[in-house]
Amino acid sequence: MPDATGPDQIFQRALTNGEIMLPRCDDCGAYHFFPRVLCPHCHGTAISWHPASGKGRVHTTTVVRQKPERGGDYNVCVVELEEGVRMMSRVEGIAPGDIVIDMAVTAFVGGAEGQPAVLFKPAEV
Amino acid sequence: MTTKLRGKSAIVGTGHAGFGEAHGLTAYDVMAQSALAALGDAGLKLSDVDGLLCTMMEDSMPALMAAEYLGIQPRFIDGTMTGGSSFVNYLTSATMALEAGLCDVALIVYGSNQRTASGRLVTASRPPAYEAPYNPRYPISAYAMAAARHMHEFGTTREQLADVAVAARAWAQHNPEAFERGPLSRADVLGARMVGDPLTVRDCCLVTDGGGAIVMVRADRARDFPKAPVYVLGSAAESSHRQISQMKDFTVTAARESGARAFAAAGVSPSDIQAVELYDAFTINTILFLEDLGFCAKGEGGAFVEGGRIAPGGVLPVNTNGGGLSCVHPGMYGIFTVIEAARQIRGDAPGIQLKDVDLALAHGNGGVLSSQVTAILGSQNTL
Ligand SMILES: [Zn+2]
Repeated sequence: MPDATGPDQIFQRALTNGEIMLPRCDDCGAYHFFPRVLCPHCHGTAISWHPASGKGRVHTTTVVRQKPERGGDYNVCVVELEEGVRMMSRVEGIAPGDIVIDMAVTAFVGGAEGQPAVLFKPAEV
Repeated sequence: MTTKLRGKSAIVGTGHAGFGEAHGLTAYDVMAQSALAALGDAGLKLSDVDGLLCTMMEDSMPALMAAEYLGIQPRFIDGTMTGGSSFVNYLTSATMALEAGLCDVALIVYGSNQRTASGRLVTASRPPAYEAPYNPRYPISAYAMAAARHMHEFGTTREQLADVAVAARAWAQHNPEAFERGPLSRADVLGARMVGDPLTVRDCCLVTDGGGAIVMVRADRARDFPKAPVYVLGSAAESSHRQISQMKDFTVTAARESGARAFAAAGVSPSDIQAVELYDAFTINTILFLEDLGFCAKGEGGAFVEGGRIAPGGVLPVNTNGGGLSCVHPGMYGIFTVIEAARQIRGDAPGIQLKDVDLALAHGNGGVLSSQVTAILGSQNTL
């Protein structure tokens, strides 16, 4: 996507390059997620893109229970990033049942369903 | 502050069909049988219907499909899709259409064969693009994350969640129309198969077939029908998000706003309500809505439901038919909150009939705690 111009294209192209970019409103300065053509806070349309700090905390979490032969249990959570936005994701590198609310996590670009996606791992202490 | 629409419309017929398993029937068959049942209850015919309010899980133009199937050509139609809350929301649009003379007989109708067709919740909606890659299981993962957050912030326990299911079953055990009527204890709920932590399969609504229908007319002719009219005193909606990851506060729903406005429109308060019918897709729903509608303070919902306090003989009758947890849950349950509230007021509830009910509340939930719609229904005495 050399000429990516739409908000979703910009986000996805960054992921393909191994980067997590977040949209921020030039008018009110607030970040938002998911990417869109306007700011959901002040409804301004001047949006610029900034690299995410990658720092976040688990806002809430669940374990999807699944039989081992179908892939076993896995985590689904909502992470709040330092920038103030939340996204659905999963935390890897820890048993799904050991992930707790408020746990500090770090973002990385991994793969989900064969596509690059934002995933998290427990933050180094 | 009541509104101009208070008491302007009335429910004069309710009906349902295909509860449990509707073998050999399509969703539209169940829809049509429900419509006929409600019209029969009202002493009306399909040819009297000139307003149709309908959505289904089957495809993207279900209201048109329903009108075609029923052989009617409605002059007012509303197929607004806000999930399971749609049918409570239709009380508002039906009232407006009737009052404006856009139609004279409004039929609200729904049908589903999800249990016999697939054995799971069916939906025509696509998973949201920024959530789908993580494979949340819809809708349970969303409600599980709301429950987890409520437990984290307020100390709500799995035992308290379980007591919601136990209370629903206790009501259902008296209701011959309910699908699950066997005994259910707190230990049964806690020991059931975990589906999405912290919710077990017994924290989740049933998957059944079934349909429901409601017939509404203007209040000025509501007493010309066989059954006692049930008036719409207030109805209000509030929508807060579509994707669970976008919910601002996982422990507060837009029922806070829809409820406050419905109560204001009706000119009554929570302490006046004699029967509370809530969309209990999961046990956490009942706790959230009791808090947000003002029956208890935020964070106290767990204690409020504990130990049979919302069961028969408790302090507040909640989901007197057994709810979506134990009576019926054919994909979208909202219409059954209205039907049970209306029947409690009319005095012909299928299970435990409460004494002298003049005021009842029906609350619909749609999406993943996304759309909240509250209606206050009343008897002739409340006008
Ligand atoms: Zn802005």
